[in-house]
Amino acid sequence: MRSQDDSEYLAGQVSEACARGEPLRIQGGGSKRFYAGSGEGRALSTLAHTGIVHYEPTELVLTARSGTPLAEIEAVLAESGQMLGFEPPHFGPGATWGGTVACGLSGPRRPWAGSVRDAVLGCRIVNGRGEMLAFGGQVMKNVAGFDVSRLMSGALGTLGLLLEISVKVLPKPECETTLCFECSFAEGRERMIRWGRSGLPVTGMAWDGRLYLRLAGPEQAVSAAARRIGGDVQEVAGAFWSGLREQTHGFFSTADDDLWRLSVPPAARLGELPGAWLIDWGGAQRWLRGAEADPSAVFATARSAGGHARLFRTENSAAVRLDPLPPPLAALHRRLKAAFDPAEILNRGLWQEAF
Amino acid sequence: MERRGAGRTEFLRELRSFLPEAAILSEPEDLKPFECDALSAYTVLPWLAVLPDTIEQVRMVLRLSHEHEVPVVARGAGTGLSGGASPVANGVLLSLAKFNRILEIDPANRIARVQPGVRNLAISEAAAPFGLYYAPDPSSQVACTIGGNVAENSGGVHCLKYGLTVHNVLQVTLLTIEGELLTLGSLGLDGPGYDLLAVANGSEGLLGVIVEVAVKLLPLPETARTLLAAFDSVEAAGEAVAGLIGAGLLPAGLEMMDNLTLRATEAFVHAGYPVEAAAVVLCESDGMAEQVEAEIAKARAVLATHGAAEVRESRDEAERRKFWAGRKAAFPAVGRIAADYYCIDGTIPRRRLAEVLGRIGELSDRYGLAVGNVFHAGDGNLHPLILYDASHPGELERAEALGEEILTLCVEVGGTVTGEHGVGIEKLNPMCIQFGVPELRQFYALKAAFDAKGLLNPGKAVPTLARCAEFGQVHVHGGRLRHPELERF
Ligand SMILES: Cc1cc2nc3c(=O)[nH]c(=O)nc-3n(C[C@H](O)[C@H](O)[C@H](O)COP(=O)(O)OP(=O)(O)OC[C@H]3O[C@@H](n4cnc5c(N)ncnc54)[C@H](O)[C@@H]3O)c2cc1C
Repeated sequence: MRSQDDSEYLAGQVSEACARGEPLRIQGGGSKRFYAGSGEGRALSTLAHTGIVHYEPTELVLTARSGTPLAEIEAVLAESGQMLGFEPPHFGPGATWGGTVACGLSGPRRPWAGSVRDAVLGCRIVNGRGEMLAFGGQVMKNVAGFDVSRLMSGALGTLGLLLEISVKVLPKPECETTLCFECSFAEGRERMIRWGRSGLPVTGMAWDGRLYLRLAGPEQAVSAAARRIGGDVQEVAGAFWSGLREQTHGFFSTADDDLWRLSVPPAARLGELPGAWLIDWGGAQRWLRGAEADPSAVFATARSAGGHARLFRTENSAAVRLDPLPPPLAALHRRLKAAFDPAEILNRGLWQEAF
Repeated sequence: MERRGAGRTEFLRELRSFLPEAAILSEPEDLKPFECDALSAYTVLPWLAVLPDTIEQVRMVLRLSHEHEVPVVARGAGTGLSGGASPVANGVLLSLAKFNRILEIDPANRIARVQPGVRNLAISEAAAPFGLYYAPDPSSQVACTIGGNVAENSGGVHCLKYGLTVHNVLQVTLLTIEGELLTLGSLGLDGPGYDLLAVANGSEGLLGVIVEVAVKLLPLPETARTLLAAFDSVEAAGEAVAGLIGAGLLPAGLEMMDNLTLRATEAFVHAGYPVEAAAVVLCESDGMAEQVEAEIAKARAVLATHGAAEVRESRDEAERRKFWAGRKAAFPAVGRIAADYYCIDGTIPRRRLAEVLGRIGELSDRYGLAVGNVFHAGDGNLHPLILYDASHPGELERAEALGEEILTLCVEVGGTVTGEHGVGIEKLNPMCIQFGVPELRQFYALKAAFDAKGLLNPGKAVPTLARCAEFGQVHVHGGRLRHPELERF
């Protein structure tokens, strides 16, 4: 486990680039480039900026530098029986802490344990002027100043280079089990709605042609919940969920297809769209795979359900990936970008289609 | 700057063109109810007050104010404890009180869509027939509004397990000062673009006026049980709290009260608290019966190994409520034993609890003002209650000075000056301790992206550099000036 504070160097690089108006492409392990895209300009790597700066299991708080491997953080937490509640996807061995937060992607546990941004407590960043700034902190509750830390999550490094992020971590459940049912999506949807309102200790609900339910908690609670659900169940390995999270599940394997992500209310009934579906997050995250879907139709479908959509993976570099934001919101995004990065040097171009 | 009569007359005339007469208040006696929020030591009459009841009316109030460069202060129920909703003398007080309708309870999606003036508890009441509820439960929940909750990112006794307001709000519809309607977040679990929903939470009315909120509903827990553990020392109680978390428990509520607060609440509500104890820890588990059973057994064991002198377990719902009755009435109970009290809201890393409480005790002696401690132990959010008597000359000032020292201490140990009550006008000076110039500048830039003219809730939440410079002159932190680069006056 390496530990090195490269903050001064990184801030210096941004500050020089700012003075020259030269764009910088912030790079971690590159595992999520397919999702985020890659900005313009010279690469600036966070990989030498590593180490867990602070971890106190009884505080449920961990602080790490952005270049720290995600796998290392998870391993250290596991030693104390803890975990990242948001169960982040790695999408490759190189995944870093900074990339995880900048992309803001969460795994199957998200509806019950919260998202990346929900876990974020504080951060240190370098803004587009090359200034090192600290927001939030290492405490659970903090309403001093605007919540810039959570704003950084999912911003793809366009508002600041992440130096250090503190998050709330969770105890690992004592016991976990996954039940599986043969049923149509219509029936699966009904069951997910019912379970969602049941108060059972659920930490995963997905449908891929079969319906999966993960229960977690004290052993006696998990077995009691499984008994209550009853019916025609089979237990399956927990590996199902990591396949879902890492997209190594068979559904995701057709390389030529586009993969769309629709974020919608869990019980939403969506209009017809061509392609195959996989449902996660109890219905709130839906994956559509296919080559035929028309981007504007996918965007409109998600929007009319009260959600939004994004082309998540594609082989087509010219594809439309993002739905343009409504004009007043787009203008606000541009002003915000300018507020953090006036010379527009950080990961230039990453949100181009959106605002 | 006081506006001239002519400006006011002209402004009123324009307001009347789209607001009914009853929605406009301009006489001093009508403005009086808005002179402060629950931080009642500071009062000022607003220039005018309006009570619109449609989004279109709010939009027109904002446009008009923007055009005339008149400040606007949004107000929910006025239960804020930091002066966030206190009016400004040259600005419009915009009450959202008439926006009190629950627009939709969607049980299948577990979402409630409500207007901003809906009371926190009213959401849970409307959701209850569906077996659902809204989790964040500030002690003020019978009165405070969801708009105010979002603006303050309020917490409650159950937020260790269920999160703060920011974790339970899905979508906020906001009007900017220019009258533009923005939808932040979505009805799914995340929104497109930057996470502006996170920024709206806790923004204290500085970025926009919230006109609709969609919140997440949770299934009502099947059962809940509470442990009440008495300790001979505050240190041991603090260790026990860390022990519970270290053992892998995430209690639904984890609260602590010191001896002074215990005695005050016992005298007030007769909850049967062990008044000899140095501290009491309340630990609640909720959920499926079997889960509660297992968690309570584990928690009992941890409390015992940490030297609890006594552990009681609620046998039924009535007893559970009784355990909580004292905790929930702690503020008014302390209010009975002192003429006035001043509630502090710092948060610290939990492991520094014993040390911080010790130092608060020393400060209390030094200032000659008693301090009661009641707090959200699970997440380190302290609420020291400083007892004083405002009718004694100088005592309010002494209480405030003591409060500021306590907050400085919180920052020193790695915490924050406000965990859930917000900065408002009250904690502007402590903000100068917590943040440096570059961070403050970044806040100004963020604010300007939403409100370039600085008209929404001016003078709140984020101190000006000039104010910090002025404050820094009297306040030398750790032997070093916090803002040496600034001019002093
Ligand atoms: C006895 C008591 C107990 C309390 N307990 C708790 C507690 O346990 N936890 C906790 O967190 N707080 C607590 N509070 C503080 C307070 O109740 C909360 O801050 C609450 O969220 C304020 O809601 P409100 O509707 O009264 O808002 P107000 O006081 O009216 O306003 C608060 C802030 O929100 C802004 N605002 C209000 N409505 C809007 C809107 N529609 N759009 C934009 N901005 C708006 C105002 O400008 C102001 O800055 C307590 C207060 C009291 C008096």
